[in-house]
Amino acid sequence: MALLQKGWLKYILMLLVFVVGQVLVMTGILNDYLFATLTTLCINIILAVSLNLITGFTGQFSLGHAGFMSIGAYVCALITMRISTIPGFLLGVFAGACAAALVGFIVGLPTLRLRGDYLAIATLGMAEIIRIVFLNLEITNGAAGLNGVPQFVTWPWLFLFTAGTIHLISNFIHSAHGRACITLREDEIAAESIGIDATRYKVTAFVMGAFFAGIAGSLYASYFYFLRPTLFGFSRSIDILVIVVLGGIGSLSGSVIAAILLALISTYLQSFPELRMVFYAVALVVIMILRPQGLMGSKELSFDLLRNLGRSRKRRSS
Amino acid sequence: MLEIRDLEVYYGVIRALKSISLRVKEGEIVTLIGANGAGKTTSLRTISGLLRPHAGSILLNGVDVTQLSPRERVKEGMSHVPEGRRVFPMMSVLENLELGAFLRRDKEGIEEDLTHVYERFPILFDRRKQMAGTLSGGEQQMLAIGRALMSRPKVLLLDEPSMGLAPLLVQEIFNIIQTINEAGTTVLLVEQNANMALQIASRAYVLETGSIVLSGEAKTLLESEEIKKAYLGGK
Repeated sequence: MALLQKGWLKYILMLLVFVVGQVLVMTGILNDYLFATLTTLCINIILAVSLNLITGFTGQFSLGHAGFMSIGAYVCALITMRISTIPGFLLGVFAGACAAALVGFIVGLPTLRLRGDYLAIATLGMAEIIRIVFLNLEITNGAAGLNGVPQFVTWPWLFLFTAGTIHLISNFIHSAHGRACITLREDEIAAESIGIDATRYKVTAFVMGAFFAGIAGSLYASYFYFLRPTLFGFSRSIDILVIVVLGGIGSLSGSVIAAILLALISTYLQSFPELRMVFYAVALVVIMILRPQGLMGSKELSFDLLRNLGRSRKRRSS
Repeated sequence: MLEIRDLEVYYGVIRALKSISLRVKEGEIVTLIGANGAGKTTSLRTISGLLRPHAGSILLNGVDVTQLSPRERVKEGMSHVPEGRRVFPMMSVLENLELGAFLRRDKEGIEEDLTHVYERFPILFDRRKQMAGTLSGGEQQMLAIGRALMSRPKVLLLDEPSMGLAPLLVQEIFNIIQTINEAGTTVLLVEQNANMALQIASRAYVLETGSIVLSGEAKTLLESEEIKKAYLGGK
């Protein structure tokens, strides 16, 4: 019974977040500027959570997440510019995600044999290739990029895709397949010795991560209405990685919290434009010194964790 | 039960195994002993499929498994306890054991085997919720063996279970290997601790720089002057 109640509580919380967001949007408290920040935040959450699946849970160090995002963005933009309807938008998101997943599969199959820094370099190269391809294709309008992508992203869509991504990836991680992925991070040889097919699960995680990065890219295109290849460079991949590491390698709630925290920091620092990046960098350094394992470590934010925390506090004070 | 014929393994251009042949009959404990770098771990990894041989074949119960993946070999009844224990450090003892049964779908059988492992290693039951990385070396070795048993193997491949353990614990681990064997599991044991290995094994092979230089009854080898001088520290 307790488990059931906990499960319900999660859905009630999600509903609450949605309703609060909806009310803020409808009353106009969330103005255009704040809504743009919220959109960036949600996109970053999707990116970080999906990268965490690859890097945090499966242990495959990838520096190419922006590449997958750009595929989703361009595919979705090209589709919605031709079919400017809600079904067209959904088709665009789906096609964008699938295209990213397909590229993830093609790239992942040969490169996931590499380990650690070698894989990082290979994925970095992949993202660069994708960027150069978009820079030179006629259909993506080269360096000038695509302008006037129809804007479909509203709070309900944003919420649906973000919550959906977290929910699906969280379910995957807690499934038998997800645990197989985690064993690869823990010890690949041991994983193989108990009969886990390492390549298969690495590719699975990589393709899933790419799929959701494609969704994030699609949402980006459908909100910010213009795309340029330079938007998806190396620094964006790093930004995503920073969120993952800051939140904690292997903690989904950590990724969400870190994304929110970084969004708050950078929004607050808007008022000091000349010092903004300095403060931002200092904040990162300080957090990493104080919590080298990331904000959440590999733990998830759960009611059990809060209860245990409360208990140990009490024990210490008594 | 397990037969290896003319196995050749290369690391790049280096020939690590030079035409190795050995057989393990059902119900036996066979040990493969030798010094550092002789090729013991390489042999075992090739048998379990983690390494690919350049030539030769591996037969399990008469079935040629040389081309099968490690996963399929586990399904065929092989289970490998890798060198250096290699438990999943950030997972609980129970999760480690459950993962040992990763390829199995028979829930009741898994429960049953879990009980057996806990009976064999009561300390693992006490520590079932603890992270495996926080266990002592001996406990981790027990966990690694327990995890391998969870796939219900016909042949258990053990790679240096005595590594880095105190003498008393080594004795305990070897006793456990013996009881596992008595319960019907065939064992191929790779060891540097020749003395201990020969005491529980029925037959043995001696590996030296990639070739088998000697083989025979464990008892005979235990008394052979050559072995005493080279591996048992005798005079």
